[in-house]
Amino acid sequence: MSERRRIEFEYSGVDTERMRVNVGPQHPSTHGVLRLEVELEGEIVTEVIPHIGYLHRCFEKHAEAMTYPQVIPYIDRMDYISSMNNEWPYVMAIEKMCDIKIPEKVEYIRLICAELNRIANHQIAVATFGLDAGAFTPFLYLFRDREWILNVFETISGGRLLYNYYCVGGLRNDVYPTFKEDCLDIVRQVRATNKEIMDLLVYNYIFVERTAKVGVLPPDVAINYGCSGPVLRGSGNAFDLRRSEPYSIYDRFDFDVQIGKGEVGIVGDSWDRNIVRMNEMEESCKIIEQAVAQMPNTGDVSEAIPKKVRVPKGEIYCSAENPKGELGFYIVSDGGQKPFRVRPRATSFINLSVLPEISKGYMIADLVLILGSIDIVLGEIDR
Amino acid sequence: MEHNFIYNLINNEVIAIIAISLLPLIFVLIYALIAILGELKIASFVQERLGPMRTGPWGIIQPVAEVVKLIQKEDITPSAADKKLFNMAPYIMFIGAYAAFAVIPFSSAFVPANINVGLFFLFAVGAFAIIGIVMGGWASNNKYSLLGAMRSASQIISYEIPAGIALLTIAALAGTLNLQELIEAQSGWFWNWFLFGGDGSVWKIFVLPFTFSLFLIFLVSSLAETNRTPFDIPEGESEIVAGYHTEYSGIKFAMFFFAEYANMFVISALITILFLGGWNSPFGEFLGGPIWGVFWFIIKAFFFVFVQIWLRWTLPRLRVDQLMYMSWKVLVPFSFLCFFAISLWAMLK
Repeated sequence: MSERRRIEFEYSGVDTERMRVNVGPQHPSTHGVLRLEVELEGEIVTEVIPHIGYLHRCFEKHAEAMTYPQVIPYIDRMDYISSMNNEWPYVMAIEKMCDIKIPEKVEYIRLICAELNRIANHQIAVATFGLDAGAFTPFLYLFRDREWILNVFETISGGRLLYNYYCVGGLRNDVYPTFKEDCLDIVRQVRATNKEIMDLLVYNYIFVERTAKVGVLPPDVAINYGCSGPVLRGSGNAFDLRRSEPYSIYDRFDFDVQIGKGEVGIVGDSWDRNIVRMNEMEESCKIIEQAVAQMPNTGDVSEAIPKKVRVPKGEIYCSAENPKGELGFYIVSDGGQKPFRVRPRATSFINLSVLPEISKGYMIADLVLILGSIDIVLGEIDR
Repeated sequence: MEHNFIYNLINNEVIAIIAISLLPLIFVLIYALIAILGELKIASFVQERLGPMRTGPWGIIQPVAEVVKLIQKEDITPSAADKKLFNMAPYIMFIGAYAAFAVIPFSSAFVPANINVGLFFLFAVGAFAIIGIVMGGWASNNKYSLLGAMRSASQIISYEIPAGIALLTIAALAGTLNLQELIEAQSGWFWNWFLFGGDGSVWKIFVLPFTFSLFLIFLVSSLAETNRTPFDIPEGESEIVAGYHTEYSGIKFAMFFFAEYANMFVISALITILFLGGWNSPFGEFLGGPIWGVFWFIIKAFFFVFVQIWLRWTLPRLRVDQLMYMSWKVLVPFSFLCFFAISLWAMLK
């Protein structure tokens, strides 16, 4: 297979005119309003230039005009696939600055919601990755399961996509009585479907042929570009903030950091990035099971919420392991009710920056798959 | 004209010819509606959803609604397009699909034109689709369309070789290019089908693996020729939006769509004729005869239409170079091998 690729790519004796194609911003598989300026020689990509900014909403400027709790809905809209995870580092940062001690129950609920949302995010990532390869059915299977998770989120927060659920010092609402059972149901359902997806999509011969050895991201390049999340771990770097710098209560749980092993191709190819996501869903299931068993039933989730969030003068950087990678917030406070500056470290933006590097020399059909394997969300890139 | 009951029914030759040519058209129109509904319903069954439910009971008039919708749509011709070619392309593609029906024998008593080179005619007309695709892709003046058209051209030309060799082999085995004679050679029980080595003694067990693999080769190459998944690269929506028909809308898009479904049936009919005994009953004389022949033919052909739909909703898509690899390095050598083995058998028989 690799030999074949080399032969066919090296054979370019015929000089053909290179073609510049705009892929996006309105294109079925750029995962939002991303525009890629692609130079093609025949079908082979010689240059990729991502153009971003079609979804720019002035998040950082908005944040300066809002009080601290009012910023949270804007953060939801950054990585709109995993809003729960987005809110977490922000509220954690403010809690650290204000020195708020949050109740045990809140920590557990936050953790369970974050892991559920991680599963939902990875489901979308795997589903759309399959869709880019032309497999439509796994997409709908995964979306069907995601509904279960969204139903739980809708019940606890009122929103299906943008939750505004975490707040400084606690949570907006308490969970409902059958929350734990629902979480375990989801875990069961996710496991059953993932088994099916493994057969139907991940180990499908055509899918392996399409994704293995495509878009290889070497470990050192991944580190140099500052990639994080499944993109970094897919290249074989076992870096996970939940394990390396445990925040919240992650040190209490038993889970593995999944890395790409080059099972069907080279370490760091598109297939590896995808399998890391598949395996991480299973790890999240494990964490949820443990957390549900440990979670205290009693406690008031809003007891530590301050009436007015007034953050002392200073600055902080606080980050958390998002489904897509490390999401951090750098917050500068001048002592007032409004942040002086909020600057997110957007995962998707940094992960996207590696695309031109790893997609040269592959075909245009591969480019779409490589983009899918990086799993970006434009809301976070453009903010 | 012994193969055509309409000639015997109608004494006037002109009216008979018009009736004979209209019959397949009516069939194609009805078939396309059924196939579209089948596609929607099978897809929804595979994907655990209901599919169309609002238009009529179980959504059975959904295809009609879709056709009406497409006819109502604005017919856009891009200003930079080559208007003549752009407007002609969908119809040329449909002509290719419809012309194939001229020789398809639905029953022992009905074939529109019983010509001696029926197999050759089917194959030649089948290549018409590519003219339409390249024409449409080129005339659209759109880079995606152009890429799709170029992909399609290379794909169809590559896959015509294994498919052509498969046809040639069956022709060698049967000793005829006439489709009716080809089917008659497979009469009797189902083990007389060319899929199982054709009519012959117990010794045909040696040729059976070759005819069976030839069947698979032909199935794969015909999937590629009709641009169906896993070979739907010319219209691979994830990279080149909709390929050659990106710029088409309204009735012209409907014609492309229609031609694709008609081609699906033509290919399925060809597989049925070549390998599954055409209108022959699988169980000897049981439910035989010209009228039941139509039933068996349509059942067998629809099974392969179903297989195509089934594959589409199960498999991912191949990449262009993998497609070429498969044609030139896998299917072509194996089809030559089968050709050699079966020709040897046909000589010795």
